[in-house]
Amino acid sequence: MPISLAARNVSHRFGNVVALDDVSIDIPAGRATALVGESGSGKTTLLRCFNRLVEPERGQVMVGDEDVRTQSLVSLRRGIGYVQQHGGLLPHWRVLRNVALVPTLRHMPDSTDAARRALELVGLPSAQFGSRFPHELSGGQRQRVALARSIAARPGVILLDEPFGALDAISRAELQESFDNLRRDLTVTTLLVTHDLAEAGRLAEEVVVMRKGRIEQRGSMRDLIHAPATDYVARLIERARAGLEALRA
Amino acid sequence: MNGSQRPLRMRARQRICALMIATTVIGGTIPAALVAQRDDRPVVVASKPFGESYLLAEMFSQLLESRGFKVDRKPGLGATEIAFGALRTDAIDAYPEYTGTGLIAILHDTLPDSVTADPRAVFAHVARRFADLYHVRWLPPLGFQNTYAIAVTRSTASRYHLRTLSDLAREGSHLTAGFTADFIGRNDGLVGLSRVYGLKPRAVRPLAPAVKYQALASGAVDVIDGYSTDGLLARYDLVTLIDDKHFFPPYEAAALVSNRLDKQVPGAVAALVLLSGRLDEKTMRQLNRRVEVDGEDVKKVASDELATLGLIGASRAEGSAQTAQPGQHSGFLRYLWDRRATIWALTVRHLELVAFALLAAVIIAVPLGLALERTRRIAEPTIGGLGVLQTIPSIALLAFMIPFLGVGVAPALVALWLYALYPIARGTYTGVRDADPDAVAAAEALGTTPTQRLLWVRLPLAAPVIMAGIRTAAVITVGAATLAAFIGAGGLGEPIVAGLALADTRMILSGALPAAALALAVDGVLAIVERLVAPAHRRKRFWRTRTEGLDRAVAPAV
Repeated sequence: MPISLAARNVSHRFGNVVALDDVSIDIPAGRATALVGESGSGKTTLLRCFNRLVEPERGQVMVGDEDVRTQSLVSLRRGIGYVQQHGGLLPHWRVLRNVALVPTLRHMPDSTDAARRALELVGLPSAQFGSRFPHELSGGQRQRVALARSIAARPGVILLDEPFGALDAISRAELQESFDNLRRDLTVTTLLVTHDLAEAGRLAEEVVVMRKGRIEQRGSMRDLIHAPATDYVARLIERARAGLEALRA
Repeated sequence: MNGSQRPLRMRARQRICALMIATTVIGGTIPAALVAQRDDRPVVVASKPFGESYLLAEMFSQLLESRGFKVDRKPGLGATEIAFGALRTDAIDAYPEYTGTGLIAILHDTLPDSVTADPRAVFAHVARRFADLYHVRWLPPLGFQNTYAIAVTRSTASRYHLRTLSDLAREGSHLTAGFTADFIGRNDGLVGLSRVYGLKPRAVRPLAPAVKYQALASGAVDVIDGYSTDGLLARYDLVTLIDDKHFFPPYEAAALVSNRLDKQVPGAVAALVLLSGRLDEKTMRQLNRRVEVDGEDVKKVASDELATLGLIGASRAEGSAQTAQPGQHSGFLRYLWDRRATIWALTVRHLELVAFALLAAVIIAVPLGLALERTRRIAEPTIGGLGVLQTIPSIALLAFMIPFLGVGVAPALVALWLYALYPIARGTYTGVRDADPDAVAAAEALGTTPTQRLLWVRLPLAAPVIMAGIRTAAVITVGAATLAAFIGAGGLGEPIVAGLALADTRMILSGALPAAALALAVDGVLAIVERLVAPAHRRKRFWRTRTEGLDRAVAPAV
């Protein structure tokens, strides 16, 4: 069951640096949302508030209908899928065991089967890949395993923190395809952090542009293109377009 | 330093205390002071690490045994500070000492020249002061003096017209001195000699007693310090320079005994006194020569002389002679073979010292390294503190522990344990801190508990680094454990220390070679352990590449 996410008047600083400045956002259950912005915009900090990797100084963070602070840390995290830029697979565990991590933590009786199914979903048949170690996979395959690991226990929400960031263009396309397939097969709320507007447009139904700890604009890609709310958003779109033009020429 | 860190540090300190106590008990040798056995307890006889001291201690021991006392021998204790420290704290009962050493190195007293010139007066002074200050008793002198002898070769003496120490001071700028480290630093050694005679050699080379005479004979140095009763003075035909300003105090040899010996083992002191006044310088020089030059066994030389003096029966001397004859002209391998039982026992003892010290260090340092990883602010200072321990010279550390732990296994274990802490704590902390940060972060984000992260991720990934630290500690400990001999803990250092003192290369090698082999063996065994604990993805890389298909077919391990 997909779960909704919400942040209410959330502020956070790292030392003197303002990371989040009174941010409020509602993400309905089942929606795919992308947080876009340059580094330092607060997008990763906001994402990490939802699984309490960051405890904001002020404001309220909700996962489902509950404040995250009222839930047990461990069980909250076990209920949320998470993919980071460098997948963070345990290097000494084989692929199948890595993917079965969260099902095992949740004491699911068929954790191995759940892991196998998750691997199939990202296009890595467990018969072929399950018994490999992470270092025996390509970078793109490793990220797909990380993606499989995040969905193996069928969480209601997945947080993706620049999961495509460190990949070459082709691996990136493969992973995006896996992600698309996955989105079709599973009903899950996804929150994706990326600095690439085109990627956000392709993978998310709704795009949230952040800058200096605040939300600049929020809407569909169409909204952003046709009615940029601020100069910053307009420039961001202009730059993304210029990149594509260069390819066309 | 906030409040939340303090309980942890206190716990660590308590653990260290508990461990120190535990090692003491494990060590098995509780300082003799704690053993309140009055009946039938052995008399603990020690010596300092040079030939004559070994010989005199052995004579004390055999004399006591011939009168029905049990004897526990602790030969070759560090140097003056360790041997005397052990006596003062009742860890030993008796050892041979010299009045001059007592006067200058222990009491630091300066007496008027008129008194210093009179051996009787010096003995009276030293005996009274020791009784007052330390409650330690000098038995009547054995009958000979063993003063420092500054010696040159006959050719050097004639070339520079050297007869007295004043002559030597005059020609000092042409001469290179080879002195024992002990002599260089002592007030009754080079320091005082420079002050009184103005002696300033061209260069001073610190030399081990064992190589002094060879260095002089080969011309590497021109002047050395020796003892007037050294057997080697005669062998190399050396000229002993006359102390024309009476700088050196008399060094009358006597047994130094603890006060409680007479109360706890009645009759033991009376037995030791039988040797007082019975040994003259000529006799001592001959006995030393038999030990140091001819390589005769100390036990045999001691029993021969006691028999000659009529203090023990001749049959006993015969018996020891039979067993102790090492066969001077047989090969080194034969020598090792003859001593295989002893060497094996010493090796086992050595291994025990290493194993217990290392085990205790692992038990403390691994959890410490893990704890420090969570309180990183105090990590570097704490590990740095352990590192400073490494810089304390082991002899100093051993001497420092005598008042608390006596002599024997306990202080040796604690010292070895302290030296082993640093590499293990450093390895654990670094290994766990640097274990694949991405994997640790992901495991945290997916809902593992801190304990699960430690057991599933950090420890397995850090295992090779931790093991490398343990391996380093193990090899260091095997080496350092040879020094345990200086404090009477036994082990392979025993023949090394004795061999150095007696200038017996074969004896040195009979300890040094097994110690080296032991270091290699321990390193080798731990290398295998290191491979066994390597994380799975590294461990199997080699044969995986060749049996890939087969490996994949195996049901995945989850």
